[in-house]
Amino acid sequence: MLEIKNLHANINGKEILRGLNLTVRPGEVHAIMGPNGAGKSTLSSVLAGNPVFDVTEGSVNFYGKDLLALSPEDRSREGLFLSFQYPVEIPGVSMVNFMRAAINEHRKYKGLDPISATDFLKLMREKRDVVELDNKLANRSVNEGFSGGEKKRNEIFQMAMLEPRLSILDETDSGLDIDALRIVSNGVNKLKSADNATIVITHYQRLLDYIKPDFVHVLYKGQIVKSAGPELALELEEKGYDWIKKELGE
Amino acid sequence: MTQIEKQYIDLYNAHHGLIEKPCAALLNEARQKAFPLFEALGFPVKSNEDYKYTQVQDYFAPDYGLNLNRLPIPVNPYEVFRCDVPNLSTVLYFMVNDSFYQKESVKPVLPEGVIAGSLNEIAQSHPELISKYYNQIANNEKDGSVAFNTTFVQDGFVLYVPKNVIVERPIQLVNILRGDVDFMVNRRLLIILEDGAQAKLLICDHTMDKVNFLATQVAEIFVGDNAVFDYYELEENSTNTTRVASTYVSQGKNSNTLINGITLHNGKTRNNIHVTLSGEYAEANVIGMAIADQEQHVDNHTYIDHAVPNCHSNELYKYVLNDSATGVFAGRILVRKDAQKTTAFQSNKNICATREAKMYTKPQLEIYADDVKCSHGATVGQLDENALFYLRSRGISAPEARMLLMFAFTHDVIENIRLESLKDRLKHLVEKRFRGELSKCSGCSVCQ
Repeated sequence: MLEIKNLHANINGKEILRGLNLTVRPGEVHAIMGPNGAGKSTLSSVLAGNPVFDVTEGSVNFYGKDLLALSPEDRSREGLFLSFQYPVEIPGVSMVNFMRAAINEHRKYKGLDPISATDFLKLMREKRDVVELDNKLANRSVNEGFSGGEKKRNEIFQMAMLEPRLSILDETDSGLDIDALRIVSNGVNKLKSADNATIVITHYQRLLDYIKPDFVHVLYKGQIVKSAGPELALELEEKGYDWIKKELGE
Repeated sequence: MTQIEKQYIDLYNAHHGLIEKPCAALLNEARQKAFPLFEALGFPVKSNEDYKYTQVQDYFAPDYGLNLNRLPIPVNPYEVFRCDVPNLSTVLYFMVNDSFYQKESVKPVLPEGVIAGSLNEIAQSHPELISKYYNQIANNEKDGSVAFNTTFVQDGFVLYVPKNVIVERPIQLVNILRGDVDFMVNRRLLIILEDGAQAKLLICDHTMDKVNFLATQVAEIFVGDNAVFDYYELEENSTNTTRVASTYVSQGKNSNTLINGITLHNGKTRNNIHVTLSGEYAEANVIGMAIADQEQHVDNHTYIDHAVPNCHSNELYKYVLNDSATGVFAGRILVRKDAQKTTAFQSNKNICATREAKMYTKPQLEIYADDVKCSHGATVGQLDENALFYLRSRGISAPEARMLLMFAFTHDVIENIRLESLKDRLKHLVEKRFRGELSKCSGCSVCQ
């Protein structure tokens, strides 16, 4: 579904991604780990189409389409979802209006009529339960005054609403206490199917106890330098990244 | 004095008999006093600091028709007008140009003692009441555009609410501009709430025709001790319309006002708002918003005078400017020497959505008391890029995302409205405005 080849990306002229390769197939869960500054968040931003980054080389194929040629909104409509590390507060835009607008744009893209008010509210209710999101939060402005944990739950709620084919969770575990981590992870697991895939970007092995990866990759200096099964995460937790740097001859 | 003033001075000298003939004596007395003031002051020009960004004098240069003969304007507003703020179940009145429209379709029911209607008529039927208030706080001595209005005004609207009377239903006055040639109208509003009275007045400005209009308006608002008054002005004029308005508010002890001004669509607009808190524990909420694009120009000049101790003022203005629109906000707050324990807050936030849009903002606090809480803040910025990307990453198109953010920006202005039905209606209108569906006056039959 996703094939990244030799991806290079800059921000303000500084190269962050330096020839990244990654292939993801339906049903798979990939974890991307790596030290600070390796380019983990850049990868998620570039895939989602954040205009702050310039792609200088390489290609990304998503279900046969050139992902990099698509606008951020079309990437979303094609089924890509990014759970933000720092979800943005948008005072004055209600969660309800936000989600209705998003759902209807997705439907329009598929040639469907706008969702009825009744069906929409039913959908909201249903999906709120996935992450135990309080009704009160759903009636507030987008992320405004939400706690760190509530913001992350809200991300997964949006993911549940939009039913993406590929979800990228960018440090979804950061700032979560153990209960929130469990709720968020449960939400992600409930949404998992044989047809969709997940990329989990994290610093810590802890999250991977809840969301079991099929593959673990180490991102370092803008490249994936090591890939293995879930056991790699445990090894990283225990030994840190220095041994990988050594392997690379540094 | 320039040619621009001269044409009006000549007009007055030649025709003041005609102007005065249909009018109440007390309007004419004020007129005679105001004319020499206008002669001396002329129209405001940019060299006057208060008019730095709005050359009002130029607005009066074109040759406009005036209805000095008070000929009836052939229009039935009840038939042609479909208001943008319906279902409010208001007590509805119309002004067609500068004449109060007399033929009410249904006689409005108001509490006993409340007087609402034509200024010129009520000034004749209740001279003792009107003379106490008319032209008492309008500053003819300082502002030539006010003296001009007093000189040429022939009619307007009066609302009088006697002591302790509460008018539950909102009162709505719809101003309609109608003309076959370029036209000038001079309107006057006089609003009197006696001690303990309560009322809500919504004024909607509409343009019916495509010709150029110039509307001057002077409002004098007296809010007695313990009285509560909500004043909403919603402008939806055409791009060919110029509005020069001055609103003077005098508040008594423990009174509470909401002075709300929204420019939803316009050509060129200058609003002066002057609030004097002259009784202790009075509260004024001065809230406004402007949405402007193309070459539109919106200038709001506010002046809140804390004349006595223990009063509170709260001011919030927001502008969203697109294309080559210009916004101006000046907020002067005066806290006089003895006005201790004053609390005064002011905020002006603006979005310039294009490089060509311009915003000039000037907070101006003059504080002579030493035990006060005052704050002010002004910002001019663009839409938040992070928020824009966040919305787009959920599949919302860039234009729709911008629309949502602009709408969100106006949220707190709308939340300050104390009339629920108007609040809902405004959300709808603002959204329509941002979608470009309100590019012409939507309330008029000729535009539909």
